[in-house]
Amino acid sequence: MMYYSRMKTASVLGVCLLGLLLCLPNLLPAPSRAMPWRQIHLGLDLRGGSYLLMQVDMPTITRERLEALTDGVRQNLLADGLGYRNLATDPGSRSVTFVPRDPTERDRDIASLAKLPQASPGEFTVGARPDGSIAVTLSPTAMTARAQDAVTQSIEIVRRRIDATGAVDPEITRQGSDRIVVQLPGITDPERVKQLLGTTAKMTFHLVDATANPNGLPPPGVEMLPMSDNPAQRVAVIRHADVDGADLTNASPGQDTQTGGWSINFTFNSVGARRFADVTRTNVGHQLAIVLDNKVISAPVIQSVIAGGQGQITGSFTAQQATDLALLLRAGALPAPLAVIEERSVGPSLGADSIRAGAISLVVGFVLVIAFMGLFYGLFGWYANLCLVANLVLILAILSLFQATLTLPGMAGMLLTLGMAVDANILINERIREEVKRGRTALNAMQVGFQRATSTIVDSNATALLAHVMLFVFGTGPVRGFALTITIGIVTTLFTTLLLSRMLMVRWYALTRPTLLPV
Amino acid sequence: MNALLGRPLLRFVPDGTRINFMRGRFIGLATSAFLSLASVGLFFWPGLSLGIDFKGGIVVEARTQGPANFDAIRAALQQRHVPAAGLQRFGADNDVLIRLDAPSGKDAASEAATQSLVDRTRAGIVAAQPGAQMLRADAVGASVSSELFRNGLLALGLSLLMILAYIWIRFEWEFAISAVITLVLDLTKTVGFLALSRFQFDLVMVAAILTILGYSTNDKVVVYDRVRENLRKYRSMPLRELIDLSINETLNRTLGTSSTVFLAALPLALFGGATLSGFAWVMLFGIVVGTSSSIFIAAPILLLLGEKRLRRDLHAVQKR
Repeated sequence: MMYYSRMKTASVLGVCLLGLLLCLPNLLPAPSRAMPWRQIHLGLDLRGGSYLLMQVDMPTITRERLEALTDGVRQNLLADGLGYRNLATDPGSRSVTFVPRDPTERDRDIASLAKLPQASPGEFTVGARPDGSIAVTLSPTAMTARAQDAVTQSIEIVRRRIDATGAVDPEITRQGSDRIVVQLPGITDPERVKQLLGTTAKMTFHLVDATANPNGLPPPGVEMLPMSDNPAQRVAVIRHADVDGADLTNASPGQDTQTGGWSINFTFNSVGARRFADVTRTNVGHQLAIVLDNKVISAPVIQSVIAGGQGQITGSFTAQQATDLALLLRAGALPAPLAVIEERSVGPSLGADSIRAGAISLVVGFVLVIAFMGLFYGLFGWYANLCLVANLVLILAILSLFQATLTLPGMAGMLLTLGMAVDANILINERIREEVKRGRTALNAMQVGFQRATSTIVDSNATALLAHVMLFVFGTGPVRGFALTITIGIVTTLFTTLLLSRMLMVRWYALTRPTLLPV
Repeated sequence: MNALLGRPLLRFVPDGTRINFMRGRFIGLATSAFLSLASVGLFFWPGLSLGIDFKGGIVVEARTQGPANFDAIRAALQQRHVPAAGLQRFGADNDVLIRLDAPSGKDAASEAATQSLVDRTRAGIVAAQPGAQMLRADAVGASVSSELFRNGLLALGLSLLMILAYIWIRFEWEFAISAVITLVLDLTKTVGFLALSRFQFDLVMVAAILTILGYSTNDKVVVYDRVRENLRKYRSMPLRELIDLSINETLNRTLGTSSTVFLAALPLALFGGATLSGFAWVMLFGIVVGTSSSIFIAAPILLLLGEKRLRRDLHAVQKR
């Protein structure tokens, strides 16, 4: 107990030295590939920036898959000459249902639908229901997998869109099963980003059904869509898309030299170019609607065949709208709508204020605690203060090592950790003092003091640890930073008080061999 | 220098202090119960001032160039269909603050309305006061705020349970129960303080309360630890005397640690800025409450619960 082997001394000092080394990169410029050191990140609340939490609209994914499946069911049954009625989707049970024209055709219906292409093995099952209807039901596991893919794909598209805006160091991460967090350092007004991310940008080209009555019910396979610049005006478009915007390879804003109006020039890949050529060749004189997110941008009449895969969308765009739409088309469509459900933006001046406030508090608090320990605990108090410095260094070192994010509450957590860390020293000192008063010798009092105080220190720190681990698990944002620094702080406190401070006191005893302790 | 580095210069109470704390146990418990009941009353009226973390809504803080022209800002907001009611000055006369409630629905349309509200507010301020800088803009939709609220309560509840379990395992059940009763009393008083002070109750406040719980438990554990030790040491001492002795023996430590934590939190309250000062004041309040409850509440409850049993179960205690 009162002897520290060289090995042990060396390793305790080694840890402190390592901590100091790990802290140093924080004084250097930002890491690069040539200098891959690790630094503490400043949270957005300190450096300024925008945090956006977005929710992927999962029901839409199921609904769209069901709609595509409905089209497939209709086509397969028609192709096999089978009749049906009450064809409908039921999102609740993830199924497409219909009633066969004739109950005797049920087996042929099922055989016909078995030929439907599955997006993944076992994606859906076809079966008869007790009420005589037939249901095509999507399996929950396949839909979960599809939803997960959709989130992954959304993250990729969000990344492309944000990169296109020129944001510096954006951080895009998945949260939970259906959420995406976007952190944009340095951006204080994320309105444009929110608009860009809130647009699905699914562009498709559909033929217009000129025979449909725009005010009546649309015939099967046709839907009424509003014009984007005049929602009161509706266009009857054929549901099946002839060309998909996913086949675009490029899109750029352009300005008409004569009218000054803005438009978007686009280029298709080979598949898109061929389809575009086909549809324009066979439908000269018909209207082709350009549909973006279920709104018709424009529905020009096809004048002649468009080969070569290049085209232009004209509409009533402003320069900004044309630029943004081109950007969205280049980055690709989101697999499902994204909704921003939380925004937290901090301006750079508030961030700088916060850093200053945190730093001043940290320095003042540190000085107060150090002065207190010096006055109330003398020499051992100063040893405790030395440990306090080591503690701070170790907390910073661990934060750097994990490249953790330092937030303003995190700085508060650091300060409170330092205030509580000396508790262990106080416990040891008080205990030694009591043992001295009971008449033990200096050496004996120190031995017993350390020994008895240790279990108390472990018990009292364990309960604090429990509370903060809970906070880390259930907290979000800057509060997690608080819980993290305190949790790290409790661990470093155990090290500095149980190992470092004891070592200092033991060394001091070995050097001076006092008969009276300064307690 | 030698004096400074040598023996301690100051102490809180002299060695051998024997204050008869248990004599005042009923007054202490009654005072605590009264304060806690009053706090529960304050929780219902006037209630907590919920921050946007838990209530949803938007907060925009902006710094204008030159003194803020409130009429112009109000007009620009109204033009954008933003209710100007939440507009107020805060701090300097070029700092404006707007706080608005969000639509309470969790559907896509309500969420979009919340986000559009913050965008329009920002645009309105910039239009009315060109060159205005955004200090902060937060928009929290109803689905996020209800989740944060649920998680905050979960964190609080689970922390209490885990503290209960830990003390139960390490000590006797009397210790665990009296610790948790005391913590609940501390907690209610803190809630009362929050209701009276009108600090925004948000996630940072949950962090403050959890820190107080952790700290307060820490304090109780140290006293209990001494009680447990003394139970083994003084086998015939009545529990009342024994608890008094344990409190007195640990009094310098209790006051010392409370002081260092208090000194650490004080600068946060004074210089920590808007985000941290509320947090730090609640912390300071909690430190005072937690320290006094270790002496005046946790120990008397332990005495009430364990007066007969703890002495009889001496053998069980000794075995540990």
